[in-house]
Amino acid sequence: MNVEETDLPGLGRRKDFMTASGRRIGVVELREGQTELFVSTWDDPDTCQASIPLTGDEAATLGNLLGGQHLAMKLTEAHREVPGITTRQFSIAADSPFQNQPMGKACIRTRCGVSIVAIMREGEVVPSPGPDVLLHPGDLLVAVGTQEGLDAAADILRNG
Amino acid sequence: MDRVALTLIELGAVVFCLGLLARLAGRIGMSPIPLYLVGGLCFGAGGVVELSGMKEFSHLAGEIGVILLLLMLGLEYTATELVTGLRRSWKAGILDFVLNFVPGAALAALLGWGVVGAMVMGGVTYISSSGIAAKVITDLGRIGNRETPVVLSILVFEDLAMAVYLPILTATLAGVSFLGGMQTVGVSLAVVTVVLLVALRHGHHVSKAVHSENSEVFLLNLLGAALLVSGVAAALQVSAAVGAFMLGIAISGATAHSATRILEPLRDLFAAIFFVAFGLNTDPASIPPVLAWALVLAVVTAATKIITGAWAAKRAGIARPGRFRAGAALIARGEFSIVIAGLAVTSGVVEAELAALATAYVLIMAVIGPLAARYIEPLVKKLSRPARPEPVPA
Repeated sequence: MNVEETDLPGLGRRKDFMTASGRRIGVVELREGQTELFVSTWDDPDTCQASIPLTGDEAATLGNLLGGQHLAMKLTEAHREVPGITTRQFSIAADSPFQNQPMGKACIRTRCGVSIVAIMREGEVVPSPGPDVLLHPGDLLVAVGTQEGLDAAADILRNG
Repeated sequence: MDRVALTLIELGAVVFCLGLLARLAGRIGMSPIPLYLVGGLCFGAGGVVELSGMKEFSHLAGEIGVILLLLMLGLEYTATELVTGLRRSWKAGILDFVLNFVPGAALAALLGWGVVGAMVMGGVTYISSSGIAAKVITDLGRIGNRETPVVLSILVFEDLAMAVYLPILTATLAGVSFLGGMQTVGVSLAVVTVVLLVALRHGHHVSKAVHSENSEVFLLNLLGAALLVSGVAAALQVSAAVGAFMLGIAISGATAHSATRILEPLRDLFAAIFFVAFGLNTDPASIPPVLAWALVLAVVTAATKIITGAWAAKRAGIARPGRFRAGAALIARGEFSIVIAGLAVTSGVVEAELAALATAYVLIMAVIGPLAARYIEPLVKKLSRPARPEPVPA
């Protein structure tokens, strides 16, 4: 993917690319540290339809959502041969009983046979996380298992 | 009444009124600069109420306002940005200078204000308000637009041009001979080059010298350094404002960001007093006679800025609507036009009408600039569409 980087003197730096559907999408990293997400309009790729200011946390969360989706799609592709196995993503809510707890405490593999294959955190991937990895609010867990197992895992993560 | 008491009461009343004006400006989404000028006109010589007690203070405070305006302008861009901006936009920058300096200079010559008047009015019509332009770009959500870097690099070029123009202007106003003028130009060009080189290689040393974790120490260091450098620059006849601007460029990185944050409220206060002081010294009765000229100048220089922006945007491969947006974003004139006119008025060698013309001109441009930036696109769309569909032959 060809990402174009442009200096905005006095403001920051713009990074964007053209999507297959003909829209320009990207972010402006402002000097003060905020991020501005923008999408161009349909008829004029020079102008923005929306320009949305994001805080650091919001940008990281959005990064997780997009990255997690990408990872899940790849895993689903890989597991296509195995019938009954699905990939799903769970996010750790701010009121989750397991926030700031080691992941092993939830005993997801033992209780429902679901494997957590990766954690998306602040735009980074933590691959094959061990049981002692601490879960933070905003983390996105990528889990592989059967349909029923995943339902059970979702319930455990939400209600303990 | 006691002199100090009178000054305090007048100053307090003026600053309080400025607060109300700034709130009004924020409410209707415009730059407060024209309102400050109008406020100054109302209170000054020949205005509704004549304030004489605060004259001494407002003069000095106005000077500090100019220094802070220029210091913050220097802080806004890093030396690297200035150099790359210069490399990328020098052609557009020169076109910008020629197209927008000439109308002001020509009108001054036509009105018989001589070379000095032409120098001043040329500067007034040349320099866009980077403050208003940046606000328009953020307010209209155009940070991600493709034409935005084009607009910003023209503004960068204008700022560098100021560093050369202001010393020349100061020398001209001081009545230095041609040879002496060339000398000042040489000195200022050399100083600009040296400061840029130092800022590029050793900017962190300058930053380190003024930086402190303690915000009080930092503020005092910064302000002290700025006034000191400006004073020395003024003594060398290179213009106090340019000294502050150069200091701003030399301070870089994280120090520059925290300096901006810490100086912003001070700049707002002193710059507001500067605009009022400028208005105070202008007799409102002198405005109506020059109003027609100000309007002519406004129309011409709005068009020339649009041409500049459109040309630069076209070179950057931007489509038609974006070209007009780029041009319109540059229309607003503001703080720096008043700084230039202010330098001329303080020196006392220019006609009194010049201050009136500059005031009227900036009043118009600071108001129509943001409006033009907002409405030029729908306007151009409407005009370029055929007025009514072709009649179908029966």
